[in-house]
Amino acid sequence: MAESNSTGRVVGIDLGTTNSLVAYMQGDAPVVIPGVDGLNLVPSVVALDPVPPQGSVSGGGRPTVTVGNTARKALIETPERVIYSVKRLMGRGLEEIQDELKLFPFRLADDVEAGEVPRITLGELRFTPPEISAYILRQLKRNAERFFGAPVTQAVITVPAYFNDAQRQATKDAGRMAGLEVLRLVNEPTAAALAYGLDRAKEGTIAVYDLGGGTFDISILKLRDGIFEVQSTNGDTHLGGDDIDNLLQAVALDEIYAEHGVDLRGHPGAVQALRKAAIDAKISLSTEDVAKFDIELPNGDRYQREIPRAVFELLIEPVLDRTAGPCKQALADAGITADQIDEVVLVGGSTRIPAVRQLVDDLFHLAARGKKPHTELNPDEVVALGAAVQADILAGASKTTEEMLLLDVTPLSLGIEALGGTVARIIQRNSTIPASATEHFTTGVEGQTNVAIHVVQGERELAADCRSLARFDLKGIPPMSAGLPRIEVKFLIDADGILKVTAREQRSGQAARIEVKPTYGLTDEQVESMILDSFDHAEEDFAKRLLIEARNEAETILAAVERAPESPAWGQLTGEEQAATFAARDHLASAKLGEDQSAIREATLVLDRATRRFAELMMDAAVTTAIRGKTMEAAGDDLGEAVNAPHPMAAAEFK
Amino acid sequence: MLKILDSAVPIACWSCSIGHNDSTLFCPHCSKIQPPPGGDFFQVFSLERRFSVDLPALEHEFHRLSRRVHPDRFARAGENEREWSLADTALLNDAYRTLKDPLHRTEYLLKLEGAEIGEEHAGKNRASEDGKGPKDPSRVPADLLEEVFELNMQLEEMRMARKMGDHSSDEDLSPGPPDLHADLEMAQKKFEGLLGHVDEDLRAQWKVWDEGDAGARLAAQKTMVALLDRRRYLSNLVRDVNEVLGA
Repeated sequence: MAESNSTGRVVGIDLGTTNSLVAYMQGDAPVVIPGVDGLNLVPSVVALDPVPPQGSVSGGGRPTVTVGNTARKALIETPERVIYSVKRLMGRGLEEIQDELKLFPFRLADDVEAGEVPRITLGELRFTPPEISAYILRQLKRNAERFFGAPVTQAVITVPAYFNDAQRQATKDAGRMAGLEVLRLVNEPTAAALAYGLDRAKEGTIAVYDLGGGTFDISILKLRDGIFEVQSTNGDTHLGGDDIDNLLQAVALDEIYAEHGVDLRGHPGAVQALRKAAIDAKISLSTEDVAKFDIELPNGDRYQREIPRAVFELLIEPVLDRTAGPCKQALADAGITADQIDEVVLVGGSTRIPAVRQLVDDLFHLAARGKKPHTELNPDEVVALGAAVQADILAGASKTTEEMLLLDVTPLSLGIEALGGTVARIIQRNSTIPASATEHFTTGVEGQTNVAIHVVQGERELAADCRSLARFDLKGIPPMSAGLPRIEVKFLIDADGILKVTAREQRSGQAARIEVKPTYGLTDEQVESMILDSFDHAEEDFAKRLLIEARNEAETILAAVERAPESPAWGQLTGEEQAATFAARDHLASAKLGEDQSAIREATLVLDRATRRFAELMMDAAVTTAIRGKTMEAAGDDLGEAVNAPHPMAAAEFK
Repeated sequence: MLKILDSAVPIACWSCSIGHNDSTLFCPHCSKIQPPPGGDFFQVFSLERRFSVDLPALEHEFHRLSRRVHPDRFARAGENEREWSLADTALLNDAYRTLKDPLHRTEYLLKLEGAEIGEEHAGKNRASEDGKGPKDPSRVPADLLEEVFELNMQLEEMRMARKMGDHSSDEDLSPGPPDLHADLEMAQKKFEGLLGHVDEDLRAQWKVWDEGDAGARLAAQKTMVALLDRRRYLSNLVRDVNEVLGA
């Protein structure tokens, strides 16, 4: 890859569990860059294209995939070729993801061995989680490049504050695979604080409560003279809106089985359709008092049920309560009480749930102190906006952000395994990063030339209970009497929250060789081999590439419109709508023959808008048929393991 | 008392080649960032070694230096400068973290002055300490022997009561026998009070050291080392009581 370029734009990316966004600094305000469909949110869903284009491979031997809203539609029709919520798998080992496998339709390749990065089966291919994330990142990169009409090679990517070293490294790897130099990983709640801090040059202590699709973070920051100093952070990387969806889905599946004798589990398409209904119900319960399920089942029965908000709140209470502990710990670690929090910022789609707002109010005594949490910025976008602010800080040369500086902390303590399996903590959690620690090691046996060091992350007393980060082998120690060598090892957590290690044997002055074996993670060579495409970034090639991409996109939508009249949904459109669609189609078809990529894009967008209602009708039809089981044969493939969610409430009580 | 800390050997700046002393993060001539200096944490902030530190001034200086050395300022700089910014900022953060906390600062400065501190790392000796409370009777401060003995009995009794109670009552932590609970709460207050006294005594010794001559300093150092031992012992006790009381 080229030398780091010092002039191009740096974009900010929120790589979310449910949705991803890319933003940049437009003058002195961050704005989100919309996708081809004109929408800001790109669902973090990746679908392997059903029919590989002629000759099966194109674009450097890579399969073709669809990302975002289009992929989400495929989730119901061809669930075995689609993956969502992959962020839950980032940087995690086989044994760590067993729980996820029960709740999500992740189909692991069956030859994955312990210690390897798990691979997910999509159709006939297999992907590691960073590769899937790379496809999402590449889509965002392309959206930005289309928007600017110029290459984008540098980015700031946000991660949950409570992400550990391996999860951070996996995210960075994904960036590299997508052709992005990741200038910085920024913690999501801190990014949100940056976005808010821009318009209010305030001083004080703020808490950021971030309940997203799959992760929960709480961060407490002190704002002073433009410096955002994180005091403490805590969270749960497996707690979020997904858990609420799983609960609703599981309750519905149980009820359908109990009342109608129909077991939808094992029918991936039907489960996904039901999940979509559950998500819709959850969302509507943020504004309505009652939500309804009304679904036709394969045997012709209807599953109908009303979910009053009170019942919903009772159901999700255990999930929401899990956010209270981390909040209290963060306050304790910052050495302050709830009453000393001046402002609370709400981030993440799940903070739209009234019960969540009530919980936050209780935790931080807001109403009692005449305060309200900040929700002025769209909770789905605020993290990306903050990432754009950080991108602007890193790019330098901007008046708006030149006085701003973010001082973040490491969320987890770093330790080394000591004798007897206990942990010797060398960097405490909530230390401002970069942070370092120097330790000395020696040998225990005459002439010993190797020393093994096991590094762990976490707060537990025993190494076995912490997250194993890596095993280091100090090699090439000059043979000496036992205990004589003095090996100095320096541990440094960088500004991305990622550990770096260097070692030196002090008596011989020799730099000891270190072989780092991350417990979970890809080697440099593996990452290199997974780089999605090696486009030359020269300007003229870039223009060519934009044109090719624009034509490909036009091709895709034209083909879909060509098949439209065969769909029953087509008949539901008015004559006017049909005529408008054909007019837009013809316009695009002629634009595609030209060389002007922006004209093609524009015509594509017009056609996309003209067919939006049709797409919605198709989606509804797909949901219905999937539940009725009509596409089950087509969906065919078994899940390997039934999607099966445990839930704390018996079906009978959910009435 | 002013101590000259500057290193005698000048180092040439990598950028402007003018020599400068090695305790600086930036070249005094061309302002370019330098590789991590070799000095101690006080030198990072251009402070002389003292136990008392003006915290608001320290924070202000921390912010001022952070603005200049932080890797965010070097995201697009050359590889060397990026590396030095990372190392310098780690040093700055480590220094600030140590100096802003009164206990860490005290231990750090005592060590710089050559004193031997009982516990190298909070984590390292945890294994031996982590049993059911302070076990090593030789470490019990003499004036507390009787009370510590009684407290340990009460703690043990409470743990037993808890264990039995677990089966009968619901999931909530049973408060245990009420009078025992009250006794423990009293002990908690008492030992917390003793901790407070130790902290006051430490502060008094800071002043003695900061303002005293060599002899006074040596005596103050000794006193502080003993006070830190006592403090460590007391805080372990308080931790155990808090744990048992479920605080």
